[in-house]
Amino acid sequence: MDPIIKFHNFTWKYNAQAEPTLHDINLEIFEGEKVLICGPSGCGKSTLAHCINGLIPFSYKGESSGSLTIFGKETKALSIFDMSKMVGTVLQDSDGQFVGLTVAEDIAFALENDCVPQKELFERVAKVAGEVSVGEHLHHAPTELSGGQKQRVSLAGVMVDDVPVLLFDEPLANLDPATGKQAIELIDEIKRTRNATVIIIEHRLEDVLWRDVDRVILMQDGRIAADVTPDELLSSDLLKTYGIREPLYITALKYAGVEILPEKAPHSIRSINLSDDDVNAVKNWYFKASEGAAPGNGEILLNAEHISFAYDNGRKALDDVSVAVRKGEMLAIVGRNGAGKSTFSKLVCGFERPRNGSLLFKGQDLMKLSIKERADSIGYVMQNPNQMISQVMIADEVALGLKTRGVPEEEITRRVEDTLKICGLYPFRKWPVSALSYGQKKRVTIASILVLDPEIIILDEPTAGQDFRHYTEIMEFLREINRRGITVVMITHDMHLMLEYCDRAVVLSDGRKLADAHCAAVLTDPDLIERASLKLTSLYDLAHLCGIEDAEGFVRCFIACDREVRA
Amino acid sequence: MINIFNYIERQSPIHRLTGATKLVCFLLWSFASMVTYDTRILAVLPVAAVILFGVSKIRLKDVKFILSVTAVFMVLNNLLVFLFSPMHGCEIYGSVTELFRISARYVVTREQLWYHLNLVLKYLAQIPMLLLFVTTTDPSEFAASLNKIGVNYKIAYSVALALRYIPDIQREYHDISLSQQARGIEMSKKESLVKRLKAASAILIPLILSSMDRIEIISNAMELRGFGKGKKRSWYMARPFTPADILSMIICGLLLVLAIIDTAKMGTRFWYPWA
Repeated sequence: MDPIIKFHNFTWKYNAQAEPTLHDINLEIFEGEKVLICGPSGCGKSTLAHCINGLIPFSYKGESSGSLTIFGKETKALSIFDMSKMVGTVLQDSDGQFVGLTVAEDIAFALENDCVPQKELFERVAKVAGEVSVGEHLHHAPTELSGGQKQRVSLAGVMVDDVPVLLFDEPLANLDPATGKQAIELIDEIKRTRNATVIIIEHRLEDVLWRDVDRVILMQDGRIAADVTPDELLSSDLLKTYGIREPLYITALKYAGVEILPEKAPHSIRSINLSDDDVNAVKNWYFKASEGAAPGNGEILLNAEHISFAYDNGRKALDDVSVAVRKGEMLAIVGRNGAGKSTFSKLVCGFERPRNGSLLFKGQDLMKLSIKERADSIGYVMQNPNQMISQVMIADEVALGLKTRGVPEEEITRRVEDTLKICGLYPFRKWPVSALSYGQKKRVTIASILVLDPEIIILDEPTAGQDFRHYTEIMEFLREINRRGITVVMITHDMHLMLEYCDRAVVLSDGRKLADAHCAAVLTDPDLIERASLKLTSLYDLAHLCGIEDAEGFVRCFIACDREVRA
Repeated sequence: MINIFNYIERQSPIHRLTGATKLVCFLLWSFASMVTYDTRILAVLPVAAVILFGVSKIRLKDVKFILSVTAVFMVLNNLLVFLFSPMHGCEIYGSVTELFRISARYVVTREQLWYHLNLVLKYLAQIPMLLLFVTTTDPSEFAASLNKIGVNYKIAYSVALALRYIPDIQREYHDISLSQQARGIEMSKKESLVKRLKAASAILIPLILSSMDRIEIISNAMELRGFGKGKKRSWYMARPFTPADILSMIICGLLLVLAIIDTAKMGTRFWYPWA
């Protein structure tokens, strides 16, 4: 059988860059395959995706050598429109790619461009919308949909054209854990019913492997580093070498001294075969390991009591929520989009006023303070650094808050330099912000808040869209400033972040507080997980697989062991 | 948050007209009110406009902001006309009927006041129609109908996209402004207007950068789904012209014709009862 996509000694260089982004790629993808392309940020996986869907060379200009054929045709000789008939792409940002004003229009977009008569548009849109269960929302605007629904609409917009190859560019990036899991299930289902060829670009390996994948292509520095089955991948050192996060159950097994081999089918917690020896090894490790330290009992810094809030349109965003933040802790506030997490931080910062309840900071009533006054003790870092940065030079950006507070020039210089040193940005102090990477920009925004010397810093999704290396970088940095005595509150739905860096999690759902407990307890409570749109950790399944009743204790033990290893 | 230019979905006969009809009617109506200074016609138009506004089920509070802005413009416009040419009305109507005197230069005449009355009526005739057009036209359907009356579909679609992104950009501006305030940039009324404007301009940089990102994503998304492939495209939201559409356009067309004939018959654009 001939491959439907074939890269042969393919090299690509963007015009704007001095060095090629892809080097000497040799890759074949066959009909009906499901392939995961994996790798850290900047490894070239998005560029590879652009080559497959035709954005390269038709939208992004550059030079190529070697050959890339799709269904036997050299892509250079085609047009982006020819290629869009063969490869359908679901982009990462389901907000940004929403072209239509309503769901129906967005799904119809590709057909409209083919001049399909209106009557047929109605029929085909209705059919595909049903397939991905957004049929009830045909006349809704994108802002009225959840993240998962938006992605389903994007998918429908591609499926409506009956393309043989479906390409997903980081499909999990903006989804909460439960929705991400459903997305992977949906992709799998569509692959089966349509017998499509599926290519997924993603660095969240464990989540994609929730459903079977035929092959994993690992990329690094613009080259293909490995082209293996998931079982082979997990049994090797490749993940560690290339900075991809290992599935948690694999890490736990390794801690327990279990050898991972391809014949144990380790690609999923549901498929893995553990021998009696392996199970005993896990049990022994569990009994031997020490329990994690009990969470601290520091002084209460911020006390929100019985807070309620509703938006002008009457939607209740928070309903009788009480949260106490203790000095020196790293707290996670979790829940699905729209659960009230962001509203909570807006109330604390003074962007909105609660309808009921009280907000105290060290016993002082926050309601009496303006946004600016609150910012002196409570810093707020937005999710997207590009929305916060308004100055051209890094030092000016960090100094901005001090300047507006009328701090003397010498003190500004000193404090800015100190902060830049803490944040590892001192060598870049004379650089323009635009020269930095996304992760570095994030640091600049954190620095611009830290310089104001707050006691609490609230971060909205600090690691969203970051690969493992950048995630670790940002989180280790936050842990470091936490050690320096700053209390850190993170709004997140990243379960690894909860497990690895937080002791306590406050779980919100539909504006109500569901739980306020140790992260291990939250992530092993199936009922809570369901309601908060989280996902059970695979450690929970591993505990059960090994006959360990106390899954929470098992997870605590893992956390303790993991922190020791990382430290 | 303030809605500046936004489609407001309601069920009304005006909403049911196609976007192209509304555009054509708006243009014809505007030309008519621009051509004539016949107060008899100009007095009828605002009344008709207010009635249409009622029919459209758009409420005053939906358009409060833009109305107050145009009211300020109207007053300013009248004030400037009076300041720079206080005898403009007399030149037009060819007589001088002095009412009272403010200074040697500024004399209030009946002709000038009459001229100002006409000016105000022109505002009152056009502004409600503009608002009506903007608030009752679904951007997608508008694009479809623009394309139908011969506008290139790429241009028509860009118009619809621009309209669609206005609320998104407003929301983003709001978010950015809050985070800037948290860093100590005062944007409330406590600060002087100049400083507030300066602070607002600082928000523009992140806003422009993120809009550029947005443009790249959306244009990729559109191209990947075949936008720009053919000379023609079909439209999910297209609606056929109904008799109501034709009738509306005929009425507005007749209005323009009336204004032109009226002007021609009078031999001047200006009507003055005391002439």
